[in-house]
This record gives sequence, C-alpha cells and structure tokens, in this order.
Amino acid sequence: MSITTERVSTGTAPAVPARPRPKLNWNLILRIVLLMIAAVLTLGPVMWTLSTSLRSPSESFKLPPSFFPWNPDFTSYAQVFQQLDIVLLVLNSALVTGLIAVGQMITAAMAGYAFANLKFRGRGALFSIVLATMMVPVQVTIVPVFMLIRGMGLSDTLLALILPAIPTAFGTFLMRQYFLGLPADLAEAASIDGASPWRTFRSVYAPLAVPGMAIVGILAFNFHWNEFFRPLIMTISEQNFTLPLGLVSLQGNLGTGSISVVLAGVVLSMIPALVVFIFGQRALQDGLTAGSGK
Amino acid sequence: MSTTTPRREQAKQAKQAIKPAQPGAAHTPSGRHSQRWLAWIFLAPTVLGMGLFTLVPIVASVVLAFFRWDIISAPTFVGFDNFAEVVQDPTVRVSFLNTIVFVIVAVALQLGLALALAVMVQEKMPAWLRGFFRSAFFFPLILSAASVSIFMRYLFNEQFGVVNWFLSLAGIPAVPWLTTPGGSAAVVILVYVWQNFGFSFLLFIGGLASIPAETYEAASLDGATGWRKHVHVTLPLLSPTTLLASVMAIISALQVFDQPYVLTRGGPGDSTRTAVMVIFESAFQRLEFGQASAIGVLLTLIIMAITAAQFRLSKRFVFYQ
Repeated sequence: MSITTERVSTGTAPAVPARPRPKLNWNLILRIVLLMIAAVLTLGPVMWTLSTSLRSPSESFKLPPSFFPWNPDFTSYAQVFQQLDIVLLVLNSALVTGLIAVGQMITAAMAGYAFANLKFRGRGALFSIVLATMMVPVQVTIVPVFMLIRGMGLSDTLLALILPAIPTAFGTFLMRQYFLGLPADLAEAASIDGASPWRTFRSVYAPLAVPGMAIVGILAFNFHWNEFFRPLIMTISEQNFTLPLGLVSLQGNLGTGSISVVLAGVVLSMIPALVVFIFGQRALQDGLTAGSGK
Repeated sequence: MSTTTPRREQAKQAKQAIKPAQPGAAHTPSGRHSQRWLAWIFLAPTVLGMGLFTLVPIVASVVLAFFRWDIISAPTFVGFDNFAEVVQDPTVRVSFLNTIVFVIVAVALQLGLALALAVMVQEKMPAWLRGFFRSAFFFPLILSAASVSIFMRYLFNEQFGVVNWFLSLAGIPAVPWLTTPGGSAAVVILVYVWQNFGFSFLLFIGGLASIPAETYEAASLDGATGWRKHVHVTLPLLSPTTLLASVMAIISALQVFDQPYVLTRGGPGDSTRTAVMVIFESAFQRLEFGQASAIGVLLTLIIMAITAAQFRLSKRFVFYQ
C-alpha cells in the first residue's frame, strides 16, 4: 500500500511545498464519484432484493421500488416456508456442499502433498494430466457422467452430485503450491529424527496444512452451494433438489405471482454465502486468483 | 534435451557424492521405497476419481459423438452423421452464433469495466475506501447465478420492473426487455457481466500491484502524466495479466448456461439460446445423446482453438519484463 502512495505523490506533489494550503484533489474526487456509481449499480440490485423480500406480498410490486427495509414485514418469509419445502432444500444443499467440501479438502491435501513432497516415478507427467483436466468444461463430460451414475444405480440421488465433484484438479494444484511454500528443512529434520514418510506427513505437515485446506474448502463450498447445471441434470424428484433448483422452480410455478415470496427464498439461500464473504473473503479472493502468475 | 541429460547425471553424481555426509542418508533406500508407497496411497482417491469422472467421460464423449443413442435402444454407429446434422441444424447454428456474439460483447464489457475500475481503485485513496470498493465489486461473485437471474428477471420486468421505473424518471418509455430478441440478449449480457466483472477486476488489481513504482517515477520524470502514463506504462506492463484475464473470461463466457436458462429459457424464439443450452436440450430433453456429444466436441474444439490462438498472439503483443 505504501508503494502506491509514494508512486502518486512523486508524480503530483512539488519537491518543496511552497504553501501548506489544503488543495482539492479533483482527480481523487472524480475517481471516487465514478467508483461510487459502480458500487451502487453493483450493490443496488442486492439491496432491492433484500428490502423487497421484507415488504408484504401485496405491496411487493408497487412502485416506487424500495431499497431500504424501513418497515420490515416478515409475511413473505412465513409464506416461502409454506410454498416450498425449504428445510429439505437447505438440508440437501448443506449435505451435498458439506460432503464435497470435506472430501475435496482431504483428497486435495493428500494428492497435493504427494506432488509436492514425495518422490515417485512419473510425478511430473501425472501432475500435467491433472492440470490438463482443468481445461475440460463440465458440459462436455456431463453426458457420459450421467450414464456412469445411472450404471452405478445412483441416478436421482444426492450421491450423484457428490461423488463426481470430489476429485479436484484445482484443489490439488492449490495444495501442491501450499506445501511447496512450506520450509523444506522440516522434512529433513523429521527424517534425521528417523520419522517415516507417513509420520513426517502426519505430525509435521498435516497440522501446517490447515490454512491451505480451508481455502480449498471455502472455494468448494462457494462453488457447489451455488451450482445449478449439474443438479438440474442429475436430480429428477423434488425431494433431491438443492436450493438454486428449488428457487428456480418456485419462480416458474408462481410466474409473477408474489415477488416478495420468491425473493425471501433467494435471501435465505444467500445467508451461507454471506457468512463466507464476511469471514473468508480474503481466503476466497486468494484462492480464486491463485495460479495467476507469481 | 541433449543438454539436460548430462546435467541430470551431474546432479545425480553430486548427490551421491554428498550422500555419506548426510546423517539421514543411512535409511534412504527404504525411505525412498516407503515414500513411493505413500505417494500412491495419497494419490489414489484423486487419480482414480479423475480417471472415472473426467478422463473416461472425455473419451466416451468423443466415441459417443459417432453413435446414435437414445438410452432405450442399443447404440448404432453412424460415422460423421451427427456432426453433419448438427452443423446443418438451424437451431444449433443460431445458438453457436449467439454464443460468439455473447462472448465478444460480454468479454469486452467485462474486461473494459474491470480494467478501468482497477486502475481507479489502485491509485492513491484512503485505505478503508479502497477496501470498500474491492469488497463491493467482488460481492456478486459469491452469489449463485441462478439466484441472481431470478431477481434480475424481476428488475427487468416491462411493467413493474425497477429498471424501467428509473428509465421512466428520465422520460424514456418502457423497454420490452425480456419479450424482444434484442432486449433479451442485452439483459443476458448485462446480468452476466454484472456478476463476473469482479473476477477480472481482482486479476487486474493483482497485476497493477506488481508494477514497480520506479517505472512510474521514471515515466513522470519523462513528463508522462494522467492518461499518457496509463497508455504508455500501465497497459504494456499489464499485458500478461490482460492475456490471462481475457483467456479466463472467454473460456467461461463460452460455457454460459445458468443466466439465459433462468432469465429467458433461450427465447424469445432462439434469440438467447447458447451452445451449452443446445447440448442440454438435445441430451436431456430430446434424448439424442450422440448429437449432444457431437455439439460438446465442437464446443471443446472451439475453446481449445481460441486458447491456442490467444497464446500465439500473446507472443507478439504481450510484454514480459
């Protein structure tokens, strides 16, 4: 941060300030105004969603629109529980997302450790194959995966969503980078003490890997909680729907009936993502942009 | 190649020379053996899972593209028929064309917006304000595309939508956003860019932070200020980031599905139908799995060609320090 400040001040400020007169920085003001407009356009629709979900269903499409919930009315939240089995949807989403996240954290940590710290023949080639799978879009493999799941007798189950999502190329890549970033003399010290490779992992590296695993878990949670394409294909009966699927079908059923009820469902579905945003924003940003240079 | 082999041997010899001196070296042979075992145990879940759920499906997808199969009856080999039919199918053609137009407009908007905002945020400003803007622009990324499309459908409603209400304040008559081909295409693009520009923004922020301050000092000594500074210093030094951001943006835009599916279901007519929507429909609504695979193979080839072209172009235009 200090670098940026220095950079700009050398460009504009004279070497010796003649008078200490407070000068209006028009460049800064213009930038803040433009950025504020962008921020309002970005956050405005979300504010509208929140405050409209807190209007009564009959008032929800009245204009002028509401952007602040001055008189919150919780009728729509009560109604969304009647019109949609939202408890089941939340449980399904939580189960699918939670198991995928935990599964990815464990398998990615193991594979990442093997690629970073263990020596075996074909390590480089295998890692290249793992990286290459990242480039294949899910839509291309979805038809054979659907057949495979059907052949395993898992069609229209939550396992159909969970199992194919656990092996993660990106998570493995992140964990490999993470282990490479840990000091190598830890392993040397352990092997001098006569520790086996397994003990070196379990007592030296695994405890240190927790922050890296948290990034993998947060990324997996955010992605799969919001996922729409795979659940749309893999689940058929409503008892296996996840939240995004349930909400889209609610909007479809109601058409333009009562906006506030659908929006109440949308707001409820955002809560876990919001929690992640508040507590794990840094980890999420670092994880998403990992692999972009450095 | 010829230079690496002797070097590797040299390294091996050097290692062997050091060996006796290392205290831990006594159990190296057994250590190496158990390392290999542990490696394969650790890799098994990921490697087997990827083989089963990614590599086998890739091969199966290519094979399936040469068969006609509706799941119920046995598959029959049809050669290149699926490709021929797909290429001539007017819906498939329109959908690929829509996807290409979508990619060009959406990616240009996304990168332009992200770059402009990143440059404005990274220049001198109070730290708390910079933090606020970064969080605000990042925020839409954590939402589900389906949820976003649900509330955006209300915002762009012709009669009671908030967008038309604001336009009416400026005296502009109600725009039929979701009922006309042009309006629908515009909404799909706007909603997509609204949700995704934050990702390119983060990449640009990272790229800008890595430009050394001395470069700007030298430029300002040479008399470059304001716009000229950005055109002659920022843009060339940022070009590796721009390449990465554009490759990632194009690849993900080519696969757009959630937004048009929820906002318009591809309509009106075929005006917002995309390549992935056609894969979805021919596989899971018309049960033409061979055709769906053929479209998938075509889409993958396009993605690979564009990625390769971008990296080739980059050799000419990207400036690495």
